[in-house]
Amino acid sequence: MEKLTVQICTGTLCYIMGGSELQLLGEYLPETLADKVEIRGATCLDICNQEGKGKAPYVLVGDELITGATVAKVVEAIKQKIG
Amino acid sequence: MAVTNNTMILRRELLTRIIKLLHENTLEENIDRIPYQMRPKGYEEVSRCCIYKDRAMLKYRAMGVLGFGIDEEEDEMTSLAEYTRMAFQREHVSENPLSVMTDACSACVKVNYVVTNMCRGCVARPCEVNCNKNAIHFVNGQAHIDPDKCVNCGLCMKNCPFHAIIYIPVPCEESCPVGAISKDEHGKEHIDPDKCIYCGRCLSACPFGAVVEKSHLVELFKAFRSDKPTVALVAPAVAGQFKTSLGNIMGAIKQLGFDDVIEVAKGADVTTTNEAAEFAEKVLEEGQPFMTTSCCPSYYMLAHKHLPEVAPFVSHTRSPMYYAAEIARKQYPDATIVFVGPCVAKRKEAYYDPNVDLMLSFEELGTMFVAMGIEGFSDEQAMTLDADIMPSSRGYAATAGVMGAVAGQLPEEYKDRIKPIVINGLDKQAIRDLKGYAKSCPGNMVEVMACEGGCVNGCNVIANPKIATRQVQALAKE
Repeated sequence: MEKLTVQICTGTLCYIMGGSELQLLGEYLPETLADKVEIRGATCLDICNQEGKGKAPYVLVGDELITGATVAKVVEAIKQKIG
Repeated sequence: MAVTNNTMILRRELLTRIIKLLHENTLEENIDRIPYQMRPKGYEEVSRCCIYKDRAMLKYRAMGVLGFGIDEEEDEMTSLAEYTRMAFQREHVSENPLSVMTDACSACVKVNYVVTNMCRGCVARPCEVNCNKNAIHFVNGQAHIDPDKCVNCGLCMKNCPFHAIIYIPVPCEESCPVGAISKDEHGKEHIDPDKCIYCGRCLSACPFGAVVEKSHLVELFKAFRSDKPTVALVAPAVAGQFKTSLGNIMGAIKQLGFDDVIEVAKGADVTTTNEAAEFAEKVLEEGQPFMTTSCCPSYYMLAHKHLPEVAPFVSHTRSPMYYAAEIARKQYPDATIVFVGPCVAKRKEAYYDPNVDLMLSFEELGTMFVAMGIEGFSDEQAMTLDADIMPSSRGYAATAGVMGAVAGQLPEEYKDRIKPIVINGLDKQAIRDLKGYAKSCPGNMVEVMACEGGCVNGCNVIANPKIATRQVQALAKE
Protein backbone atom coordinates (compact mmCIF):
# COMPACT_ATOMS: atom_id res chain seq x y z
CA MET A 1 0.00 0.00 0.00
CA GLU A 2 1.21 3.45 -0.82
CA LYS A 3 2.10 5.53 2.20
CA LEU A 4 0.25 8.70 3.06
CA THR A 5 2.58 11.69 2.74
CA VAL A 6 2.55 14.29 5.49
CA GLN A 7 4.45 17.47 4.67
CA ILE A 8 5.32 19.73 7.56
CA CYS A 9 6.29 23.25 6.56
CA THR A 10 9.61 24.18 8.15
CA GLY A 11 9.58 27.75 6.83
CA THR A 12 10.52 30.30 9.46
CA LEU A 13 7.02 31.71 9.87
CA CYS A 14 5.56 28.26 10.52
CA TYR A 15 8.45 27.40 12.78
CA ILE A 16 8.04 30.43 15.04
CA MET A 17 4.26 30.13 15.17
CA GLY A 18 4.50 26.75 16.87
CA GLY A 19 5.60 24.57 13.96
CA SER A 20 8.70 23.42 15.81
CA GLU A 21 6.43 21.27 17.99
CA LEU A 22 5.35 19.39 14.88
CA GLN A 23 8.86 18.02 14.47
CA LEU A 24 7.88 15.57 17.19
CA LEU A 25 4.90 14.26 15.19
CA GLY A 26 6.62 10.96 14.45
CA GLU A 27 7.00 10.28 18.16
CA TYR A 28 3.32 10.88 18.85
CA LEU A 29 1.92 8.77 16.02
CA PRO A 30 0.17 5.63 17.26
CA GLU A 31 2.03 2.47 16.21
CA THR A 32 -0.84 1.37 14.03
CA LEU A 33 -0.40 4.45 11.87
CA ALA A 34 3.36 4.90 11.98
CA ASP A 35 4.23 2.56 9.10
CA LYS A 36 1.44 3.88 6.89
CA VAL A 37 2.66 7.45 6.93
CA GLU A 38 5.68 9.16 5.50
CA ILE A 39 6.55 12.38 7.31
CA ARG A 40 8.56 14.92 5.39
CA GLY A 41 9.82 18.37 6.24
CA ALA A 42 9.02 20.84 3.49
CA THR A 43 10.68 24.12 2.76
CA CYS A 44 8.16 26.97 2.82
CA LEU A 45 4.92 25.68 1.25
CA ASP A 46 4.18 29.29 0.23
CA ILE A 47 0.76 29.26 1.84
CA CYS A 48 1.62 32.12 4.21
CA ASN A 49 1.76 34.51 1.24
CA GLN A 50 -1.79 33.72 0.14
CA GLU A 51 -4.58 35.80 1.68
CA GLY A 52 -7.35 34.11 3.58
CA LYS A 53 -5.75 30.69 3.96
CA GLY A 54 -5.85 30.70 7.76
CA LYS A 55 -2.97 30.80 10.20
CA ALA A 56 0.46 29.20 10.34
CA PRO A 57 1.80 26.59 10.94
CA TYR A 58 0.74 24.66 7.85
CA VAL A 59 0.81 20.94 7.19
CA LEU A 60 -0.28 18.99 4.13
CA VAL A 61 -1.79 15.60 4.93
CA GLY A 62 -1.98 14.03 1.49
CA ASP A 63 -3.51 16.95 -0.38
CA GLU A 64 -5.47 18.29 2.56
CA LEU A 65 -4.19 21.56 4.06
CA ILE A 66 -4.19 21.80 7.85
CA THR A 67 -3.89 25.37 9.15
CA GLY A 68 -3.00 26.37 12.69
CA ALA A 69 -1.62 22.83 12.83
CA THR A 70 -0.96 21.05 16.09
CA VAL A 71 0.18 17.48 16.65
CA ALA A 72 -3.36 16.54 17.71
CA LYS A 73 -4.97 18.13 14.65
CA VAL A 74 -2.55 16.39 12.28
CA VAL A 75 -2.96 12.97 13.93
CA GLU A 76 -6.74 13.40 13.66
CA ALA A 77 -6.48 14.21 9.94
CA ILE A 78 -4.23 11.19 9.37
CA LYS A 79 -6.72 8.93 11.16
CA GLN A 80 -9.55 10.22 8.98
CA LYS A 81 -7.56 9.54 5.82
CA ILE A 82 -6.37 6.08 6.79
CA GLY A 83 -9.27 5.16 9.02
CA MET B 1 9.74 27.17 28.55
CA ALA B 2 8.35 28.39 25.28
CA VAL B 3 4.84 27.13 25.78
CA THR B 4 2.97 27.03 22.52
CA ASN B 5 -0.16 28.99 23.23
CA ASN B 6 -2.13 31.94 21.95
CA THR B 7 -0.40 34.62 24.03
CA MET B 8 2.89 33.55 22.43
CA ILE B 9 1.39 33.58 18.94
CA LEU B 10 -0.16 37.00 19.55
CA ARG B 11 3.18 38.39 20.71
CA ARG B 12 5.00 37.01 17.68
CA GLU B 13 2.39 38.34 15.27
CA LEU B 14 2.73 41.80 16.81
CA LEU B 15 6.54 41.62 16.72
CA THR B 16 6.45 40.66 13.04
CA ARG B 17 4.18 43.58 12.16
CA ILE B 18 6.27 46.11 14.06
CA ILE B 19 9.57 44.85 12.63
CA LYS B 20 8.15 45.00 9.09
CA LEU B 21 7.40 48.69 9.60
CA LEU B 22 10.74 49.34 11.30
CA HIS B 23 12.46 47.74 8.34
CA GLU B 24 10.49 49.88 5.87
CA ASN B 25 11.14 52.89 8.09
CA THR B 26 7.42 53.72 8.29
CA LEU B 27 6.77 52.74 11.89
CA GLU B 28 5.73 56.14 13.21
CA GLU B 29 3.13 56.65 10.46
CA ASN B 30 1.59 53.19 10.76
CA ILE B 31 2.05 51.78 14.23
CA ASP B 32 -1.24 53.09 15.62
CA ARG B 33 -3.06 51.03 12.99
CA ILE B 34 -1.60 47.72 14.16
CA PRO B 35 -4.12 47.04 16.96
CA TYR B 36 -6.90 47.69 14.41
CA GLN B 37 -5.26 45.50 11.78
CA MET B 38 -4.90 42.64 14.23
CA ARG B 39 -8.43 43.10 15.54
CA PRO B 40 -10.42 44.67 12.65
CA LYS B 41 -14.10 45.58 12.85
CA GLY B 42 -16.24 42.46 12.93
CA TYR B 43 -13.37 40.24 14.12
CA GLU B 44 -15.03 37.36 15.87
CA GLU B 45 -12.31 35.41 17.61
CA VAL B 46 -11.49 38.02 20.23
CA SER B 47 -9.06 36.97 22.96
CA ARG B 48 -10.64 38.92 25.81
CA CYS B 49 -14.06 40.32 26.66
CA CYS B 50 -14.36 42.43 23.52
CA ILE B 51 -12.51 43.81 20.55
CA TYR B 52 -11.82 47.11 22.31
CA LYS B 53 -9.97 45.51 25.17
CA ASP B 54 -8.00 43.36 22.73
CA ARG B 55 -6.90 46.49 20.89
CA ALA B 56 -6.05 48.34 24.10
CA MET B 57 -3.89 45.45 25.31
CA LEU B 58 -2.15 45.21 21.93
CA LYS B 59 -1.26 48.86 22.35
CA TYR B 60 0.36 48.18 25.73
CA ARG B 61 2.13 45.16 24.33
CA ALA B 62 3.46 47.34 21.52
CA MET B 63 4.87 49.74 24.15
CA GLY B 64 7.01 46.84 25.35
CA VAL B 65 8.21 46.12 21.81
CA LEU B 66 9.18 49.79 21.55
CA GLY B 67 11.26 49.34 24.70
CA PHE B 68 9.01 50.98 27.25
CA GLY B 69 7.86 49.43 30.50
CA ILE B 70 4.11 49.52 31.02
CA ASP B 71 4.83 51.34 34.29
CA GLU B 72 6.46 54.14 32.30
CA GLU B 73 3.08 55.28 31.00
CA GLU B 74 2.40 58.85 32.09
CA ASP B 75 -0.52 59.78 29.91
CA GLU B 76 -3.00 57.19 28.66
CA MET B 77 -3.60 59.32 25.56
CA THR B 78 0.01 59.03 24.35
CA SER B 79 -0.19 57.39 20.94
CA LEU B 80 2.10 54.63 19.75
CA ALA B 81 3.40 57.08 17.13
CA GLU B 82 4.46 59.37 19.99
CA TYR B 83 6.13 56.44 21.78
CA THR B 84 7.92 55.58 18.54
CA ARG B 85 9.26 59.15 18.32
CA MET B 86 10.37 58.99 21.95
CA ALA B 87 12.02 55.61 21.36
CA PHE B 88 14.04 56.95 18.45
CA GLN B 89 15.16 59.94 20.52
CA ARG B 90 16.08 58.20 23.76
CA GLU B 91 19.64 57.37 24.75
CA HIS B 92 18.95 53.83 25.88
CA VAL B 93 16.23 51.48 27.13
CA SER B 94 15.78 51.69 30.91
CA GLU B 95 17.11 48.95 33.12
CA ASN B 96 14.37 46.63 34.34
CA PRO B 97 13.33 44.36 31.50
CA LEU B 98 9.96 43.20 32.87
CA SER B 99 6.72 44.95 33.71
CA VAL B 100 3.10 43.93 34.14
CA MET B 101 0.22 45.17 31.96
CA THR B 102 -2.01 45.89 34.92
CA ASP B 103 -5.14 46.05 32.76
CA ALA B 104 -4.35 42.66 31.22
CA CYS B 105 -3.71 41.03 34.59
CA SER B 106 -6.98 39.33 35.37
CA ALA B 107 -6.30 39.68 39.09
CA CYS B 108 -6.45 35.94 39.74
CA VAL B 109 -7.93 34.63 42.95
CA LYS B 110 -6.68 36.23 46.14
CA VAL B 111 -7.59 33.13 48.09
CA ASN B 112 -6.40 29.89 46.52
CA TYR B 113 -9.18 27.73 47.98
CA VAL B 114 -12.68 27.70 46.57
CA VAL B 115 -15.74 25.80 47.75
CA THR B 116 -17.42 24.28 44.68
CA ASN B 117 -21.09 23.46 44.46
CA MET B 118 -20.22 19.86 45.25
CA CYS B 119 -20.44 20.97 48.89
CA ARG B 120 -23.22 18.94 50.49
CA GLY B 121 -23.50 21.11 53.59
CA CYS B 122 -22.88 18.05 55.70
CA VAL B 123 -23.50 17.69 59.39
CA ALA B 124 -19.85 17.06 60.23
CA ARG B 125 -18.62 20.30 58.59
CA PRO B 126 -14.94 19.54 59.23
CA CYS B 127 -13.96 22.49 57.03
CA GLU B 128 -15.57 24.89 59.46
CA VAL B 129 -14.46 23.07 62.60
CA ASN B 130 -10.82 22.77 61.52
CA CYS B 131 -10.36 26.30 60.20
CA ASN B 132 -8.12 28.07 62.68
CA LYS B 133 -8.99 31.48 61.30
CA ASN B 134 -12.75 31.17 61.53
CA ALA B 135 -12.90 31.92 57.80
CA ILE B 136 -15.67 29.47 56.87
CA HIS B 137 -19.34 30.09 57.32
CA PHE B 138 -22.44 28.48 55.81
CA VAL B 139 -24.94 30.24 53.54
CA ASN B 140 -27.96 28.36 52.17
CA GLY B 141 -26.46 25.07 53.28
CA GLN B 142 -23.09 25.53 51.53
CA ALA B 143 -19.69 26.50 52.87
CA HIS B 144 -18.16 29.87 51.95
CA ILE B 145 -14.63 31.14 52.52
CA ASP B 146 -14.17 34.68 53.77
CA PRO B 147 -11.27 36.03 51.69
CA ASP B 148 -10.32 38.58 54.37
CA LYS B 149 -9.78 35.91 57.00
CA CYS B 150 -8.41 33.02 54.91
CA VAL B 151 -4.62 32.51 55.05
CA ASN B 152 -4.42 29.82 52.35
CA CYS B 153 -3.46 27.04 54.76
CA GLY B 154 -5.49 24.42 52.88
CA LEU B 155 -6.88 22.64 55.96
CA CYS B 156 -10.47 22.95 54.67
CA MET B 157 -9.59 21.20 51.43
CA LYS B 158 -7.72 18.48 53.28
CA ASN B 159 -10.64 17.84 55.62
CA CYS B 160 -13.58 17.93 53.20
CA PRO B 161 -14.93 14.37 52.91
CA PHE B 162 -16.51 15.16 49.50
CA HIS B 163 -13.45 16.76 47.84
CA ALA B 164 -15.70 19.75 47.32
CA ILE B 165 -13.00 22.33 48.03
CA ILE B 166 -10.40 22.87 45.33
CA TYR B 167 -7.07 24.64 45.02
CA ILE B 168 -6.78 27.29 42.31
CA PRO B 169 -3.24 28.45 41.60
CA VAL B 170 -2.11 31.94 40.61
CA PRO B 171 0.11 30.92 37.71
CA CYS B 172 2.65 33.74 37.87
CA GLU B 173 3.08 33.56 41.65
CA GLU B 174 3.25 29.79 41.53
CA SER B 175 5.93 29.84 38.85
CA CYS B 176 8.16 32.39 40.61
CA PRO B 177 10.86 30.56 42.60
CA VAL B 178 11.67 33.59 44.79
CA GLY B 179 8.31 35.19 45.59
CA ALA B 180 9.07 38.32 43.57
CA ILE B 181 5.62 38.74 42.01
CA SER B 182 2.68 39.61 44.22
CA LYS B 183 -0.65 41.40 44.30
CA ASP B 184 -1.38 45.02 45.18
CA GLU B 185 -4.51 46.02 47.08
CA HIS B 186 -6.55 45.72 43.86
CA GLY B 187 -5.38 42.17 43.24
CA LYS B 188 -3.10 43.18 40.35
CA GLU B 189 0.35 41.65 40.15
CA HIS B 190 3.59 43.61 40.46
CA ILE B 191 7.21 42.49 40.17
CA ASP B 192 9.59 43.52 42.92
CA PRO B 193 12.87 44.35 41.14
CA ASP B 194 14.85 43.82 44.37
CA LYS B 195 13.73 40.20 44.59
CA CYS B 196 13.36 39.32 40.89
CA ILE B 197 16.04 37.07 39.36
CA TYR B 198 14.67 37.53 35.82
CA CYS B 199 14.23 33.83 35.16
CA GLY B 200 11.28 34.71 32.93
CA ARG B 201 8.97 32.07 34.32
CA CYS B 202 6.12 34.54 34.98
CA LEU B 203 6.42 35.71 31.39
CA SER B 204 5.63 32.22 30.15
CA ALA B 205 3.25 31.30 32.96
CA CYS B 206 0.68 34.10 32.77
CA PRO B 207 -2.27 32.80 30.74
CA PHE B 208 -3.28 36.41 30.00
CA GLY B 209 0.17 37.33 28.69
CA ALA B 210 0.23 40.21 31.15
CA VAL B 211 3.97 40.18 31.80
CA VAL B 212 5.79 42.14 29.12
CA GLU B 213 9.46 42.28 28.23
CA LYS B 214 11.06 45.45 26.91
CA SER B 215 12.65 45.05 23.52
CA HIS B 216 15.71 46.78 22.07
CA LEU B 217 14.45 46.55 18.49
CA VAL B 218 14.26 50.31 17.92
CA GLU B 219 17.84 50.66 19.15
CA LEU B 220 18.90 47.83 16.86
CA PHE B 221 17.45 49.50 13.78
CA LYS B 222 19.06 52.78 14.84
CA ALA B 223 22.37 50.91 14.95
CA PHE B 224 21.77 49.37 11.52
CA ARG B 225 21.28 52.87 10.12
CA SER B 226 24.31 54.45 11.79
CA ASP B 227 27.81 54.58 10.31
CA LYS B 228 29.18 52.29 12.97
CA PRO B 229 29.34 48.52 12.41
CA THR B 230 26.82 46.24 14.13
CA VAL B 231 28.06 42.91 15.44
CA ALA B 232 25.89 40.00 16.62
CA LEU B 233 27.10 37.66 19.35
CA VAL B 234 25.03 34.49 19.13
CA ALA B 235 24.51 32.30 22.20
CA PRO B 236 25.20 28.58 21.76
CA ALA B 237 21.47 27.79 22.11
CA VAL B 238 20.85 29.42 18.73
CA ALA B 239 22.10 26.25 17.03
CA GLY B 240 18.91 24.45 18.04
CA GLN B 241 16.43 27.14 17.11
CA PHE B 242 15.89 26.52 13.42
CA LYS B 243 15.75 23.42 11.27
CA THR B 244 19.13 24.01 9.66
CA SER B 245 22.86 24.14 10.39
CA LEU B 246 24.50 26.69 12.69
CA GLY B 247 26.47 28.09 9.75
CA ASN B 248 23.23 28.69 7.86
CA ILE B 249 21.59 30.37 10.85
CA MET B 250 24.59 32.68 11.28
CA GLY B 251 24.55 33.47 7.57
CA ALA B 252 20.88 34.40 7.79
CA ILE B 253 21.56 36.63 10.81
CA LYS B 254 24.22 38.43 8.84
CA GLN B 255 21.71 39.06 6.07
CA LEU B 256 19.52 40.96 8.52
CA GLY B 257 22.10 43.74 8.44
CA PHE B 258 24.85 42.74 10.84
CA ASP B 259 28.42 43.38 9.74
CA ASP B 260 29.69 40.32 11.55
CA VAL B 261 28.28 37.40 13.52
CA ILE B 262 30.42 35.86 16.26
CA GLU B 263 29.65 32.73 18.27
CA VAL B 264 29.45 33.26 22.04
CA ALA B 265 31.00 29.78 22.19
CA LYS B 266 34.28 31.59 21.51
CA GLY B 267 33.81 33.25 24.91
CA ALA B 268 32.74 29.90 26.39
CA ASP B 269 36.24 28.64 25.55
CA VAL B 270 37.61 31.23 27.96
CA THR B 271 34.93 30.46 30.57
CA THR B 272 35.78 26.75 30.42
CA THR B 273 39.52 27.36 30.76
CA ASN B 274 39.15 29.85 33.63
CA GLU B 275 36.51 27.84 35.44
CA ALA B 276 38.59 24.64 35.29
CA ALA B 277 41.63 26.54 36.62
CA GLU B 278 39.56 28.18 39.36
CA PHE B 279 38.06 24.82 40.39
CA ALA B 280 41.48 23.14 40.48
CA GLU B 281 42.94 25.94 42.57
CA LYS B 282 40.13 26.67 45.02
CA VAL B 283 38.62 23.22 45.52
CA LEU B 284 41.32 20.66 44.71
CA GLU B 285 44.34 22.57 45.97
CA GLU B 286 43.04 24.94 48.65
CA GLY B 287 40.27 22.68 49.96
CA GLN B 288 37.19 24.84 49.45
CA PRO B 289 34.30 22.36 49.89
CA PHE B 290 32.70 23.04 46.52
CA MET B 291 32.25 25.56 43.73
CA THR B 292 29.29 26.40 41.53
CA THR B 293 29.13 27.66 37.96
CA SER B 294 28.33 31.32 37.36
CA CYS B 295 27.31 31.59 33.72
CA CYS B 296 23.53 31.49 34.20
CA PRO B 297 22.69 35.09 35.17
CA SER B 298 19.44 34.08 36.80
CA TYR B 299 21.26 31.73 39.16
CA TYR B 300 23.96 34.34 39.73
CA MET B 301 21.27 36.84 40.82
CA LEU B 302 19.59 34.18 42.97
CA ALA B 303 22.80 33.49 44.85
CA HIS B 304 23.59 37.16 45.41
CA LYS B 305 20.06 38.34 46.24
CA HIS B 306 18.63 35.40 48.13
CA LEU B 307 21.29 32.89 49.16
CA PRO B 308 24.10 34.71 51.01
CA GLU B 309 25.33 31.34 52.31
CA VAL B 310 25.83 30.05 48.74
CA ALA B 311 27.21 33.24 47.17
CA PRO B 312 30.83 32.70 48.37
CA PHE B 313 30.93 29.41 46.46
CA VAL B 314 29.89 30.88 43.09
CA SER B 315 32.86 30.93 40.72
CA HIS B 316 34.39 34.29 39.86
CA THR B 317 34.80 33.25 36.25
CA ARG B 318 32.74 35.45 33.93
CA SER B 319 30.09 34.26 31.52
CA PRO B 320 30.73 33.28 27.89
CA MET B 321 28.85 36.42 26.83
CA TYR B 322 31.27 38.59 28.81
CA TYR B 323 34.40 37.10 27.27
CA ALA B 324 32.90 36.95 23.76
CA ALA B 325 31.97 40.63 23.99
CA GLU B 326 35.47 41.47 25.19
CA ILE B 327 36.93 39.66 22.17
CA ALA B 328 34.45 41.34 19.82
CA ARG B 329 35.19 44.79 21.28
CA LYS B 330 38.91 44.39 20.58
CA GLN B 331 38.14 43.54 16.97
CA TYR B 332 35.46 46.21 16.52
CA PRO B 333 36.20 49.07 18.96
CA ASP B 334 33.36 51.37 17.85
CA ALA B 335 30.72 48.75 16.94
CA THR B 336 27.27 48.29 18.41
CA ILE B 337 27.55 44.83 19.95
CA VAL B 338 24.30 42.89 20.11
CA PHE B 339 23.94 39.74 22.20
CA VAL B 340 21.44 37.30 20.66
CA GLY B 341 20.12 34.99 23.34
CA PRO B 342 17.33 32.88 24.80
CA CYS B 343 16.20 34.67 27.96
CA VAL B 344 15.31 37.78 29.89
CA ALA B 345 18.04 37.15 32.49
CA LYS B 346 20.65 37.67 29.79
CA ARG B 347 18.93 40.95 28.90
CA LYS B 348 19.50 42.03 32.47
CA GLU B 349 23.12 40.84 32.44
CA ALA B 350 23.72 42.59 29.12
CA TYR B 351 22.61 45.88 30.68
CA TYR B 352 25.61 45.76 33.03
CA ASP B 353 28.13 44.29 30.60
CA PRO B 354 30.67 46.95 29.61
CA ASN B 355 30.92 45.67 26.04
CA VAL B 356 27.40 44.56 25.18
CA ASP B 357 25.21 47.37 23.88
CA LEU B 358 21.95 45.63 23.01
CA MET B 359 20.15 42.36 23.43
CA LEU B 360 18.02 40.54 20.89
CA SER B 361 15.94 37.53 21.95
CA PHE B 362 15.54 34.41 19.82
CA GLU B 363 11.88 35.21 19.51
CA GLU B 364 12.71 38.65 18.14
CA LEU B 365 15.33 37.10 15.86
CA GLY B 366 12.81 34.62 14.42
CA THR B 367 10.23 37.33 13.82
CA MET B 368 12.93 39.48 12.15
CA PHE B 369 13.59 36.67 9.66
CA VAL B 370 9.89 36.54 8.83
CA ALA B 371 9.32 40.29 8.74
CA MET B 372 12.39 41.00 6.64
CA GLY B 373 11.76 38.18 4.19
CA ILE B 374 14.81 36.06 5.07
CA GLU B 375 12.85 32.90 4.34
CA GLY B 376 14.62 29.61 4.02
CA PHE B 377 18.25 29.16 4.95
CA SER B 378 20.57 28.85 2.00
CA ASP B 379 23.92 27.12 2.00
CA GLU B 380 25.35 29.83 -0.26
CA GLN B 381 24.90 32.47 2.46
CA ALA B 382 26.21 30.17 5.20
CA MET B 383 29.06 31.34 7.40
CA THR B 384 32.05 29.12 8.03
CA LEU B 385 32.25 28.14 11.67
CA ASP B 386 35.31 29.19 13.65
CA ALA B 387 37.37 25.98 13.71
CA ASP B 388 39.34 27.08 16.79
CA ILE B 389 36.31 26.89 19.08
CA MET B 390 36.23 23.80 21.30
CA PRO B 391 33.18 21.66 20.42
CA SER B 392 32.25 21.40 24.12
CA SER B 393 31.79 25.19 24.22
CA ARG B 394 28.89 24.79 21.81
CA GLY B 395 27.31 22.41 24.33
CA TYR B 396 26.86 25.07 27.06
CA ALA B 397 23.23 25.52 26.06
CA ALA B 398 22.03 22.14 27.32
CA THR B 399 21.96 20.97 30.93
CA ALA B 400 25.24 19.38 32.09
CA GLY B 401 26.99 21.01 29.13
CA VAL B 402 29.04 23.42 31.24
CA MET B 403 29.98 20.63 33.62
CA GLY B 404 31.11 18.44 30.73
CA ALA B 405 33.23 21.22 29.27
CA VAL B 406 34.90 22.11 32.59
CA ALA B 407 35.56 18.47 33.55
CA GLY B 408 37.11 17.85 30.13
CA GLN B 409 39.44 20.80 30.55
CA LEU B 410 40.93 19.71 33.90
CA PRO B 411 44.54 18.47 33.86
CA GLU B 412 44.84 14.65 33.68
CA GLU B 413 45.82 14.18 37.33
CA TYR B 414 42.69 16.06 38.49
CA LYS B 415 40.15 14.47 36.15
CA ASP B 416 38.92 11.77 38.53
CA ARG B 417 38.66 14.16 41.48
CA ILE B 418 35.70 16.17 40.22
CA LYS B 419 32.40 15.10 41.80
CA PRO B 420 29.69 16.74 39.71
CA ILE B 421 26.21 17.78 40.78
CA VAL B 422 23.85 19.23 38.21
CA ILE B 423 20.92 21.46 39.16
CA ASN B 424 18.65 21.29 36.18
CA GLY B 425 16.12 24.10 36.64
CA LEU B 426 15.57 26.41 39.60
CA ASP B 427 12.44 25.65 41.54
CA LYS B 428 11.75 25.88 45.25
CA GLN B 429 13.21 22.41 45.88
CA ALA B 430 16.42 23.24 43.99
CA ILE B 431 16.78 26.37 46.11
CA ARG B 432 16.43 24.29 49.28
CA ASP B 433 19.04 21.87 47.90
CA LEU B 434 21.45 24.73 47.25
CA LYS B 435 21.01 26.02 50.80
CA GLY B 436 21.80 22.52 52.02
CA TYR B 437 24.99 22.37 49.92
CA ALA B 438 26.27 25.46 51.72
CA LYS B 439 26.32 23.36 54.91
CA SER B 440 27.32 20.04 53.41
CA CYS B 441 27.74 19.35 49.73
CA PRO B 442 27.70 15.77 48.41
CA GLY B 443 29.80 16.83 45.40
CA ASN B 444 32.48 19.42 44.79
CA MET B 445 31.35 21.05 41.54
CA VAL B 446 27.77 22.22 41.04
CA GLU B 447 26.38 23.32 37.70
CA VAL B 448 23.24 25.44 38.01
CA MET B 449 20.93 26.40 35.20
CA ALA B 450 17.74 28.27 35.97
CA CYS B 451 15.78 26.68 33.14
CA GLU B 452 15.03 22.99 33.06
CA GLY B 453 17.06 21.49 30.25
CA GLY B 454 19.33 24.52 30.05
CA CYS B 455 19.33 27.59 27.80
CA VAL B 456 17.53 25.66 25.03
CA ASN B 457 14.49 26.01 27.30
CA GLY B 458 14.86 29.74 27.99
CA CYS B 459 11.74 31.89 28.11
CA ASN B 460 12.36 33.34 24.65
CA VAL B 461 13.16 30.25 22.63
CA ILE B 462 11.40 29.26 19.44
CA ALA B 463 12.12 25.58 18.95
CA ASN B 464 10.78 22.75 21.04
CA PRO B 465 13.55 22.21 23.64
CA LYS B 466 13.73 18.48 22.96
CA ILE B 467 14.62 19.10 19.32
CA ALA B 468 16.89 22.02 20.16
CA THR B 469 18.80 19.86 22.67
CA ARG B 470 19.44 17.21 20.02
CA GLN B 471 20.79 19.80 17.58
CA VAL B 472 23.00 21.47 20.23
CA GLN B 473 24.38 18.19 21.56
CA ALA B 474 25.13 16.87 18.07
CA LEU B 475 27.20 19.98 17.40
CA ALA B 476 29.03 19.71 20.73
CA LYS B 477 30.17 16.19 19.85
CA GLU B 478 31.68 17.09 16.46
